[in-house]
Amino acid sequence: MSLFLSYLLPGIPYGCAYALMAVGLVLTYRASGVFNLAFGAQAFVSAVIFSIALHDGWPGWAAFVVAVLLASPALGLAMERLLFRYTRAAGPLVKLVPALGLLIAIPAVTQMLVGTATRLPSSLVLQPWKVYFHLASTPVSGEELSTTVITVAVVAAFALVLRSSGLGLRMRAVVESPRMAELSGVRADRTSAAAWVLSSLLAGLAGVLLAPMYSTVASSNFTALLVAAIAAAAIGSFASLPLTLVGAIGLGIAQQLLAGYLPSGTILSSGLRPAFPFVVLAIALVAGRSLRSAEVRDPLASCDPPVHAFRAPARMTEVAVGSRAFTTLAVGMLVATTLVLVPGNWEFVFTLGVVLSIIFLSITLLTGMGGQISLGQAAFAGAGAFTAGQLAMHSVPVLGAILLAGVLAAALGAVVALPALRLGGIAVGLLTLSFALLATNVLFLYPWAGNGATGLTVPRPTLGPISFAGNGAFFWLSLVFLVVLAGAVKLVQWGTTGQELAALRGSERGSAAIGIDVRRLRVVAFTVSAAIAGIGGALYASLQQSVSVNDFNYQFSLVYVVVVAAVGVYSVGGAIEAGVLYAVLMQLTSTLSSRFSSLLALVFAVVALTYVRHSEGVVAYAKAWVLDRAEQLTRHLQAPPLRSAGAPGMPAGSGTARAQDGHPASVRDRADHPEVGAGGVTAGRSESQDLHATPRSHG
Amino acid sequence: MASALLQTAGLTKRFGRVAALSEVSLRFGAGETVGVIGPNGAGKTTLFDCILGVLQPDAGSVLFQGRRVDRLPVFRRSLLGIGRTFQRLELFSGMTPREHLLVTERARSGRGALWKDALGLGRPTPGEKRQAADLLDLVGLADVADAPVESLSLGRSRLVELARALVGPPKLLLCDEPSSGLDDAERATLVSVLGRLGHERDVAVVVVEHDLDLVGAVVGRLVVLDVGRVIADGPVEAVLADTVVRRAYLGVDR
Repeated sequence: MSLFLSYLLPGIPYGCAYALMAVGLVLTYRASGVFNLAFGAQAFVSAVIFSIALHDGWPGWAAFVVAVLLASPALGLAMERLLFRYTRAAGPLVKLVPALGLLIAIPAVTQMLVGTATRLPSSLVLQPWKVYFHLASTPVSGEELSTTVITVAVVAAFALVLRSSGLGLRMRAVVESPRMAELSGVRADRTSAAAWVLSSLLAGLAGVLLAPMYSTVASSNFTALLVAAIAAAAIGSFASLPLTLVGAIGLGIAQQLLAGYLPSGTILSSGLRPAFPFVVLAIALVAGRSLRSAEVRDPLASCDPPVHAFRAPARMTEVAVGSRAFTTLAVGMLVATTLVLVPGNWEFVFTLGVVLSIIFLSITLLTGMGGQISLGQAAFAGAGAFTAGQLAMHSVPVLGAILLAGVLAAALGAVVALPALRLGGIAVGLLTLSFALLATNVLFLYPWAGNGATGLTVPRPTLGPISFAGNGAFFWLSLVFLVVLAGAVKLVQWGTTGQELAALRGSERGSAAIGIDVRRLRVVAFTVSAAIAGIGGALYASLQQSVSVNDFNYQFSLVYVVVVAAVGVYSVGGAIEAGVLYAVLMQLTSTLSSRFSSLLALVFAVVALTYVRHSEGVVAYAKAWVLDRAEQLTRHLQAPPLRSAGAPGMPAGSGTARAQDGHPASVRDRADHPEVGAGGVTAGRSESQDLHATPRSHG
Repeated sequence: MASALLQTAGLTKRFGRVAALSEVSLRFGAGETVGVIGPNGAGKTTLFDCILGVLQPDAGSVLFQGRRVDRLPVFRRSLLGIGRTFQRLELFSGMTPREHLLVTERARSGRGALWKDALGLGRPTPGEKRQAADLLDLVGLADVADAPVESLSLGRSRLVELARALVGPPKLLLCDEPSSGLDDAERATLVSVLGRLGHERDVAVVVVEHDLDLVGAVVGRLVVLDVGRVIADGPVEAVLADTVVRRAYLGVDR
């Protein structure tokens, strides 16, 4: 019994820190619909500021005020004001991508500002390691004591505020229906900003409290904290605060019990502990009330403008032909220079770009075409890579092994998709993330899979007399794979499956109502996407010739989504641009000092913040901009002045207003139906929507 | 009454303590046009949701062409021949009206397959394109056939939903407040399309609508729901003259 207690009691402070973060997550999710993954980063920042201040000799209370009461809420307020207040009516991907970008960007910026030197964590009130008393003969340290007491006090205070203050009342109203609350005179956006400030404060507090339990202040520890908090929030169905609290503390205890009772020294015990929250998350998501039921059911939701989906506008023939010629020329020159001109290491870089393009293609298919969020694509790529490695070790020809890797990854994709069938939107993303964590912490460590940190070696393939051992030959091989797969994805996009995926992205209910088997379609999308990622991963392994679990860490899954979304998730071309761009920038930044090692991720993460405005991606947006200008110029050159004045089109002002929604004005210009019907009524509708819409920036 | 195309028996759905439908038993014959009216919250949309399978009823059964369908998922019922428009639009944002119809034709025919797509055989056939163009003409959307659906007015968006529900064509069409947000010309199109469906294509039409003039112009039979119960069911004039109906819905002085 005392053994049991000695395992159980140390779990409580962990659970408390999870609870603080989880309560913050639920609060922002309910108030603004955003699942703020960046809370992990906020906790990290607060912990860093706190420990730096203490080491600089600040008194504890001053460090606490700056780190927890000022810095974290300020960060949360900035996020809400600058980003998330514009995403209320947007789809799950638009809400997720900026949060992911922040989760990656904030630690990167922190690292650049304060360097990579190891910081020792410091405790808040009591002496951290001093044992104050024994409970059932288990020593209770000051750290554990202060964490528990503070959590209980703060959560109780929160419950009181939500129940009995005016702010709490307004917050509950906004959660139920922001529109209705606005019509009753509540400033919904202010209230949701207040929710962001309060929950950021909780995240910062969790960070500062939890820091002393780790040996150093490292951002990865706080991502793990976030993971546990998500699991706790899922136990409470992302709605119930008491259940969330119980779930969080239960999780902390269960983790410690597992660590105590599982036989030590095995992969199961060392891997299952960090992966445990994700197992819980997966079970809670699948078994519990689905996230969809927790999604905001605003009776006035139809006042929101329809969820916008990017669509490449039809172009004038001249411009379309010109842009195609330019693309062909650019690609041809890139390929030619890779083969002829560039030095050896750049040959490798471009090949890496091609291979990454294949992995990114899997995101284009699943997320861009089907609207399904996956945060586990790196795990599918890893499964492919290790399959190829294992098969090659058993003397299967490498080319065959690469194809079989695709088959195995596809099977894995189908297995992961099955529990995801009941879920929608962000929940699918969380489930795939839990799979990715399980893969990197448990599955890939086994010798029969990824063989841990040692990894596997994968030779370059041969085909009869042709060897692809040289970088140039391998470049050709990867290019063939890319062209075949990209072509197949394009054909799928034009065909039945692609159209049905587009329908699913637009409206799941509508899709079912026209006779689409939505579940089957989801499984198909996940399977095909995982197959592509698996082939890409196998090619990556063969290119690098040795891979380990570190190449397919779950964080890469997040980075991949951010990179593809930043460049352009809706087109096959976007995946290729993202792959090449990522590889080239990776090479360019590889010489920087370790302090700036995350510059690359930072660049894409910052670009991802523009996702709120330009969900088509910056490169796609820039392209559309150039082509718009080209069309204007062409029209100007072709048309006599009289016709151009009467040409269908919107006044300049409204044109830009639409363009800033990520919707090029030229779509309307091209519609070629100048009757009053289309244009006039359209304007009428958007006006009526704006009546109830959140204040949107018109700048 | 003709042999029932769709029959509900004892259909009951509760949300918490509120009974949205209680013991609703209705029969709709093939080619019949029926209006369903009632105050807001009477259970009209819930009735549609239970017929199509968006919601599972707590009790009761749904028979379509003599076959129990209340355990089937939405898409199966849709493929059996139930088309529907939504009160809150469920359009495929990012797609054009023409693409809405093409993907619906493909989904209903069940001819699509991944391997066909990968071999480049998945594009719309000339026959499918012609059908889509005909439907677009029917509902008067030919001029915006290739504009993204988000750029359309609310009224025209509703017509896209109507056209999408007509692909097939279905045997039973459920229209949920099709006229809200329509201008006069669009409303006239709606009346003529709904009116012709029953006679020319033998489609049974059930319309939930608040606009009684429109209902009167289109339907031959009226069902009145109030707090989840059928309080009247019969020819339009008779129902509108009913005192219970006048008190529950119309206001006595109308």
